[in-house]
Amino acid sequence: MSCALLLLLMSLALAMGTGAAVEIQRPRGVPLSSEQFYEENKPFTCLDGSSTIPFDRINDDYCDCRDGSDEPGTAACPNGSFHCTNAGFRPAFIPSSRINDGICDCCDTTDEYNSGATCQNTCREMGRKERESLQIMAEITKEGFMLKQQLIHEAKRGQEDKQGKLTELQGSKKGLEEKVEALRTVKETAEDPEKEAKERHLKSWEEQKELIRMEKDKTRMAEAFLELDDDADGYVSVAELQSHLELDPDSDGSLTETETQVRCLSSSSTLFLPLKSREEFLSHYQSLICDPEFIWICRNLEKEIGFDFGPSAEFAYLYSQCYELSTSEYIYRLCPFNRVSQKPKFGGSETNLGLWGQWAGPEDSLYSVMKYDHGQGCWQGPNRSTTVKLTCGKETVVTSTSEPSRCEYLMEFTTPAVCQEPASLDEVLQGHTEL
Amino acid sequence: MANFIERMCLYLVLVLSVFLSIIQAVDRSNFKTCDQSAFCSRQRAMKPGQSSYRALLETLELSDSHLTVQLLNNNNKVLLLLELYRLQGNMTRVKINELKPVKPRYEVPDVLITDPPTELMSVVAQDEHRVVLSLGGEDWRLILSAQPFRLDIMEGPQVLLSLNSRGLLAFEQLRIRKDTKSQTDTKEAGEKEDTEKHDKEKVSEGEEAEEEVDQPGMWEETFKTHADTKPNGPSSISLDFSLPGVEHVYGIPEHADGLRLKNTDGGDPYRLYNLDVFQYELFNPMALYGAVPVLLSHNTHRTMGLFWLNAAETWVDVSSGQGSSEVPQTDVRWISESGIIDVFIMLGPRPNDVFTQYASLTGTQAFPPLSSLAYHQCRWNYNDQEDVSAVDQGFDEHDIPYDFIWLDIEHTDGKRYFTWDNNKFPQPKDMLQGLLDKRRKMVTIVDPHIKVDSSYKIHTEIRSRGYYIKNKDGGDYEGWCWPGNAGYPDFTNPEMRKWWASMFAYGQYEGSMENLYTWNDMNEPSVFNGPEVTMHKDALHGPWEHRDVHNLYGFYVQMATAEGQIQRSGGLERPFVLTRAFFAGSQRYGAVWTGDNAAEWGHLKMSIPMCLSLGLVGISFCGADVGGFFKTPSAELLVRWYQAGAYQPFFRAHAHLDTPRREPWLFGPDNTALIREAVRQRYTLLPYWYLQFYHAQRTGQPVMRPLWVEYPEDIATFSIDDEFLIGRDLLVHPVTDERSSGVTAYLPGNGEVWYDVHTFQRHDGAQNLSIPVTMSSIPVFQRGGSIICRKNRVRRSSSCMENDPYTLYVALDSQGNAEGELYIDDGHTFKHETDKQFIHRRLSFTANSLSSSDLSPDSQFPSASWVEQVNILGAQKPDAVTLTTTDGGESSVEFAFDPDTAVLTLRKPGMNAGVNWTLHLR
Repeated sequence: MSCALLLLLMSLALAMGTGAAVEIQRPRGVPLSSEQFYEENKPFTCLDGSSTIPFDRINDDYCDCRDGSDEPGTAACPNGSFHCTNAGFRPAFIPSSRINDGICDCCDTTDEYNSGATCQNTCREMGRKERESLQIMAEITKEGFMLKQQLIHEAKRGQEDKQGKLTELQGSKKGLEEKVEALRTVKETAEDPEKEAKERHLKSWEEQKELIRMEKDKTRMAEAFLELDDDADGYVSVAELQSHLELDPDSDGSLTETETQVRCLSSSSTLFLPLKSREEFLSHYQSLICDPEFIWICRNLEKEIGFDFGPSAEFAYLYSQCYELSTSEYIYRLCPFNRVSQKPKFGGSETNLGLWGQWAGPEDSLYSVMKYDHGQGCWQGPNRSTTVKLTCGKETVVTSTSEPSRCEYLMEFTTPAVCQEPASLDEVLQGHTEL
Repeated sequence: MANFIERMCLYLVLVLSVFLSIIQAVDRSNFKTCDQSAFCSRQRAMKPGQSSYRALLETLELSDSHLTVQLLNNNNKVLLLLELYRLQGNMTRVKINELKPVKPRYEVPDVLITDPPTELMSVVAQDEHRVVLSLGGEDWRLILSAQPFRLDIMEGPQVLLSLNSRGLLAFEQLRIRKDTKSQTDTKEAGEKEDTEKHDKEKVSEGEEAEEEVDQPGMWEETFKTHADTKPNGPSSISLDFSLPGVEHVYGIPEHADGLRLKNTDGGDPYRLYNLDVFQYELFNPMALYGAVPVLLSHNTHRTMGLFWLNAAETWVDVSSGQGSSEVPQTDVRWISESGIIDVFIMLGPRPNDVFTQYASLTGTQAFPPLSSLAYHQCRWNYNDQEDVSAVDQGFDEHDIPYDFIWLDIEHTDGKRYFTWDNNKFPQPKDMLQGLLDKRRKMVTIVDPHIKVDSSYKIHTEIRSRGYYIKNKDGGDYEGWCWPGNAGYPDFTNPEMRKWWASMFAYGQYEGSMENLYTWNDMNEPSVFNGPEVTMHKDALHGPWEHRDVHNLYGFYVQMATAEGQIQRSGGLERPFVLTRAFFAGSQRYGAVWTGDNAAEWGHLKMSIPMCLSLGLVGISFCGADVGGFFKTPSAELLVRWYQAGAYQPFFRAHAHLDTPRREPWLFGPDNTALIREAVRQRYTLLPYWYLQFYHAQRTGQPVMRPLWVEYPEDIATFSIDDEFLIGRDLLVHPVTDERSSGVTAYLPGNGEVWYDVHTFQRHDGAQNLSIPVTMSSIPVFQRGGSIICRKNRVRRSSSCMENDPYTLYVALDSQGNAEGELYIDDGHTFKHETDKQFIHRRLSFTANSLSSSDLSPDSQFPSASWVEQVNILGAQKPDAVTLTTTDGGESSVEFAFDPDTAVLTLRKPGMNAGVNWTLHLR
């Protein structure tokens, strides 16, 4: 058989749109689009022009052309490719090394014509399945896209609301700031006699101890304030607090809103201030830096408004939400624009798998991938990081997680916000069926 | 429960400390120097001088097969028995044991494939001082001198080798510990206690034996926190060998050192003690995972070998210098902790004679399944079935062939070998079937440490059958390894091995299929909390101490595993088992790799001498982790490693759990293409590799060879270990330097010609050739005078290429001749042995004719493969080419001649690979 001429012409009965069968003859493995280069019984010029050979050396199981174009239907050329028509499904090219290798690659079985492999023609079945799944996808896309419009609308309205509230609160904040300044002066004046009193009572340590301790606390607090007030504007914002990781009680590398509040509350409750002016100052000061309303303002001012929620802010709804996926060992938690974490199901502490980094999709679809990095460090390795792949779906849900490489996580996440305007279903199906 | 938690905490601390120790290079303090090993330090303190041993010639007895004579230690009057054998094939065996030991001393079983056949020895001359024995031939003599005792092997007037010429024979006789109370206060064991004379045989009345003084470490020894109780006391042995005229010695793997052994004066001896060494250092005589106590000596006239058959901890001192009369000389001294002296002197004289001699003792390389010579993709770990499937798919997408994908320890249910993690691998058979559908295979790891867990069948069976190694107090020995607390099956027990083998039956190993093979790791054995990360020497294997058998453990693990694979197929299929620990004879059971190397250029370079050293002592199926196990290779290093690995026998990429993924397509399209090309070159040469392994199995010749093996008279080759030969015909000089712009390859052989396999450019032998290189260069040369068969249609796995045609590369020598061979069988069964189902042909080009003739007329195998092309390198343009086949048919063959390269290409001659034919160039 080996020396036999393997010029095998295919007889292809191809279902046309009309249902009529037309017979086309061309050398095995040649796509319809290249048929004209293989003119029967005429010398064949390799497609790269490197040489010209008699027609009977096409598919004779010996490689004559450097580009492999003389052996489209055999495995003779290392760089050849074989075209399967796959009627009923999608045509494909496979490397010619997969011809007669005993493995069914083409769903129409044409790649295994002399290997003894028994292949079933699965093209129609695959075509049907693909059409079904395309149909489902198209429906999802359609619905998802509608949801997306809603999300865009909501995001727009939300933003307007916030802007209004912000302006209002900025006004009241200013008033409060002025009041605090005034009170500070009063307090400082009132504190002078206290100092003198303290000196007088230095001898009786036992009695004064408590006071000294309080004094220390006060100093520490003032220092802390100065230290925290990174931008030296006289106020400590939440962002400033969050930038001080030494205040982070769970050492997860980030200071959450809750933690910030806890700190504010605990510091005020441990202070005992005999002076009325001090109390007044502090209560206003506390309300300035710890009032939830102000925190809300700070947050919206310095973070939310600054975020890139997509071209039409369609991702804004994910902000301050968290989505979980439970696997056999862990619960994974994705808080978009914030962090990704992993917690063992059966006890053990949470691991930070990355903090919000940036959108990281390819140029043409930047918003299809989120990158979270600077997570907890790995032994002898990098800091943990997570890539979140976004796909169109009606629901917002984490569908899978994996750790393809040590400490590099991959998360699949569906959301309507990435759904593209659907092409009509007909167009989709047409694009996937030849002839 | 509290106990459990405590144990878990201990485990964590332990694992953590083990891991922390990986961060830096090897922590040398974990491993003993000679000084820290009591017997080594005792023995090494003994300096060359007059031997205290005397041969009692009056006790000499000569039988047909051997000679015996007693040796007397003049100091302590202990008698030894020397046995001398002249073995068939130009070997001499020297055995020395105590004449009457207080209890038996360990003699290594199972390593020799037979009781070596002997040849008649005759006494040529004898007087009161010496006996001269004939070793056959006219002038082969063995001279036994009585006082002091020494042996000299002579060829004519020339001394080839002397034993005990430096007087370093030492034999610590077993003794009864007289002072039992000292056992309660072992700290003082080192101090002089009232030692009595042992009631040893006395030679004659009146001679008084000297008092023997107990020395430190004789009855107990502590290393770090580990105490070694020594109920049998001192038992070490030592012997020296002198090799006049020898400057180059090789062998005694495994060490991360150059091919040529170095002088150990002033440093530590080379150590042979199978150990799990984290991040081993290069250029160091420290012990590694395996031990083959075989040393080769070589000079321009003669190659010889010494095989020191002892499985205990062994140290080897090598000292080269001027002997008497300014002749160079190498002295070698072996020191072992227990057992007997049993040494085989292989007299060569040529390198291939030594290989044949050694193979006749310990067997040859197992003939591996063809697919195992292809490319292996491994990583700690492929996480789950989806991961396996994605990697498998990745190879197809990037059109890179591979045959085996490997699963490391994480695939198991909690490091319980023979099981699968149900979450990650819920359907192992589906996964294996998926691979089988692509004609690919898988390897899972099966380590010898067994999790102590009463719900784990393997453990409960081993425990209930009493198959575990025992601790010194008789309970099951337990140590820490990957699963936590683990037991270690006693693989020295044949019953245990039989049972272990039965666990590989498809019905026993659930989820296994015929395309699943095995990897034995950690079989030194590795014990995380043991002394030097291995087992306590006072653990018990039946009557023997672990001390006696240590270096054999890994050998037995692989033996039992390979046997299991053979049995599961009803004896039909060849096994494939990779092992990390090994001993002499391990070649019979599969492949070895050089353990946990690192992604560094130095480790890439070191892979060559390490595998060359193993090849010299019989273990041909050797490879290093491509890319380096620890740390992360640069793309350049990874590409260079693939290029080098593609030309080494065992070709597997592997990576540590904590390194980023490094499948070949993750480094950009350029690097993917470079790696693809390297792997494809491997696949085209698989017929040649397979032929080399066929030869290795038949003859014991190494597959990967140092140049001196083929050019034994060319001194320039003696120290080369940055290039090597595959078989006789391919010379490889991998690029192992970063940003290299060129390499200098030594092309050996006066009058030899070499052809660049990529450009077909012809170069003369006996020259240093500068070769400019780019990232795609893999300098490889085919020897003029050889014919190599390739399969140039590279497919996704080797099995897919089974019926593909061959392309012949006929490289003409300076006389215009060439010879080669072709071997074909089914690639995976024993039918080549049992049913003579194979094709073995000689291809020969002479007088302008290329012909194929049958080298094994009584065998046959139906092959669909044919010859699609013949390339004749160094040819002249013929007028016509005709093909003659056995049926008398004659046909004209088309050809093309390239005058620039002098390559004649014959187009599609088309004959079947299994028939006789001749191609005539006119």
